Amino acid sequence: MDFVINALPLYWEGALLTIRLTLFGAVLAFVLAVVVGTLGTVRNRTARAVAMVYTEVFRGVAALVLLYWFGYSFVEITGFRLTTEFAAILALGLNIGAYGAEVVRSSINAVPRAQTEAAVALNMTWWRRTRLVVFPQAWAQMLPTFGNLVIELMKATAIVSILGLTDLTKVANDFRASAVADTFTVYAVALVGYFLFAQVLIVLVRLLERRANRKLGRPTDDSLLGLLRPPSIGTTTGGAR
Amino acid sequence: MEPGNEPLIKFDSVVKRFGDNVVLDGLDLDVNAGERVTLIGPSGSGKTTILRLLMTLEHVNGGTIWVGGRPFSHMYRGDKLVPASEKYLREHRKTIGMVFQQFNLFPNMTVRKNVTEGPVHSLGVPKEEASERAVELLEMVGLADKIDAHPTQLSGGQQQRVAIARALAMRPEILLLDEVTSALDPELVAGVLDVLREIARETDITMLCVTHEMAFARDVSDRVFMFDAGRIAESGPPEQIFGDPHEDRTKSFLKAVLEHD
Amino acid sequence: MWDVEFTRLLIPALLTGLWVTVQATVLGYALALVLGLAVAMVRRVKVVGGIVFVVTEFIRTTPVLVQLVFIFSLSALSDVSPLTIGIVVLGVHYSTYTAEVYRSGIEGVAKGQWEACRALSLPSHRVWGAVVLPQAIRKVIPALGNYLIAMFKDTPLLFAISVPEMLSVANDLGGQYFRSFEAYTLVGAAFLLVAVPSAVVIRRLERRYAAV
Repeated sequence: MDFVINALPLYWEGALLTIRLTLFGAVLAFVLAVVVGTLGTVRNRTARAVAMVYTEVFRGVAALVLLYWFGYSFVEITGFRLTTEFAAILALGLNIGAYGAEVVRSSINAVPRAQTEAAVALNMTWWRRTRLVVFPQAWAQMLPTFGNLVIELMKATAIVSILGLTDLTKVANDFRASAVADTFTVYAVALVGYFLFAQVLIVLVRLLERRANRKLGRPTDDSLLGLLRPPSIGTTTGGAR
Repeated sequence: MEPGNEPLIKFDSVVKRFGDNVVLDGLDLDVNAGERVTLIGPSGSGKTTILRLLMTLEHVNGGTIWVGGRPFSHMYRGDKLVPASEKYLREHRKTIGMVFQQFNLFPNMTVRKNVTEGPVHSLGVPKEEASERAVELLEMVGLADKIDAHPTQLSGGQQQRVAIARALAMRPEILLLDEVTSALDPELVAGVLDVLREIARETDITMLCVTHEMAFARDVSDRVFMFDAGRIAESGPPEQIFGDPHEDRTKSFLKAVLEHD
Repeated sequence: MWDVEFTRLLIPALLTGLWVTVQATVLGYALALVLGLAVAMVRRVKVVGGIVFVVTEFIRTTPVLVQLVFIFSLSALSDVSPLTIGIVVLGVHYSTYTAEVYRSGIEGVAKGQWEACRALSLPSHRVWGAVVLPQAIRKVIPALGNYLIAMFKDTPLLFAISVPEMLSVANDLGGQYFRSFEAYTLVGAAFLLVAVPSAVVIRRLERRYAAV
């Protein structure tokens, strides 16, 4: 127990990197997901092809492989060295962004066509239709899956420990290597840290979901316990609906 | 061409296919400004397609649609008519409003936003002005107290009256009504039809209605078109169509519909 | 720019790595399928189900990489091979996902089906085995397939516990020859080569089963 109390500040330092990577990775992934996902719904074939190539490539390659590529191979062909942290944000953002793009695309396609037609009848431009009518409705549908993705992203940040960055995982690895405490305690603390972080993320996404559903005039579960209910995992990939 | 003599809406040998299914087969149809026209006929006879073509939700496979003496489904490039671009359509469909069978209100917006969205963002009407107009229109449809409600809090009949207000807010010259009471519970139909009767009485908007409400069709229309298999089987004033139909197809259709009522 | 000589040397080595990857994926996935089904069924039991739920949530929301090094370190003195540890940890981790998939499939079975079973007084092994699971699993086959691909893409993590899979092979050779560009690019390409066609297969499955 003494070990845990004394070691907490160091764990916290590691956790800060984990949080930072999750945050920046999520921002990058979100932007990519919205842009590429929307591209996937337009009529222009070239735009759709670009969106498809991006999603297939970055969903297909493991985040760790991407990280090695950006961390080590990138400098060999460009002569430009990325910091490991930046490489990690790129790898994670591109990877999760590709999953997110599928979610955005299928959610937009799931908004009833009649909604677009009503917007055309009001003579709205494509941009206004998408921004004011289609996206707000798709948003409520995206959120639960985004919740799962941000947790996947958070978990995936642990890979930076393999490249020597001091995140929550690396702190635990170092403690174990220095044998200051037993293996079980050292890793249990790290795992609990990740678990708590995940719970915070779940609550945040739940709050966003409630807001989105309220805006659509849908009933929301306003209980406190409802906030902690983890989002259920989708049973289909994007696409098929 | 004098605008007064020219029909407001003109379908010139319009063809519309969905895959192998020919819905409209060389249709000719004229509607004059201010006229109230009702389209009746069995389902699948192409009535709704006519409205959807006018709203530019579908595009013709042949022939041309003219509105106000100008090409509508097409535009001039030099002397030649080519399919209209999105930009051209956006400029020209401003004058047309539509009410849908399933209302299609935007669930993410309040009633007020639903009604002001079009005027503010596609016509450039100032917000306050659009909002005042929304209040007037909602008063007309009897829903002024619901202005800040969400569509999901309204009954079907109320949603449809909001949808009518939303369409009128665009100050359309042409109003398309696509089976606007078909999705409603029977006790809510009358309220919606009353609103439409009032519009017919108070305004000179050109109206095209697809409906199965024969009494309503008889009351408001100047002309009734009986459709069958993508063609006009018969057309004429309501007294003639309902009182003295000439075609067998019309007789059997009316018999079936009226017996059902 | 692209070193062809080095590539010739890399490819056979990467193939041995791929074989390890495939073993880990197939065996780990088999474990995830079986264990996940057990978890999904146990979760319907009152108190025990609640405890199982908390445990699976904990496993699901924490990094599999930490779980790998954790179990690997704990068993450092035993003679269990790293590959076995990798298979078990990946299998257990992914069983928390497959359990959710099975659960949604089971909940998707109409209530009337359960009631009909009650009306016929079917024994519970027939209720599950003949009525509920055949309907539930059919619907979730595409979702389960997705987790097979996801698991395949997590196998590079085994590198961290010194399993000689593809990424570790690339890392060794890349370090030896001071060329990491070809090594890591080929690993990425190998993943694409497997992942893209399997994504196509899953989409086919979705079209076939989602309609039911």
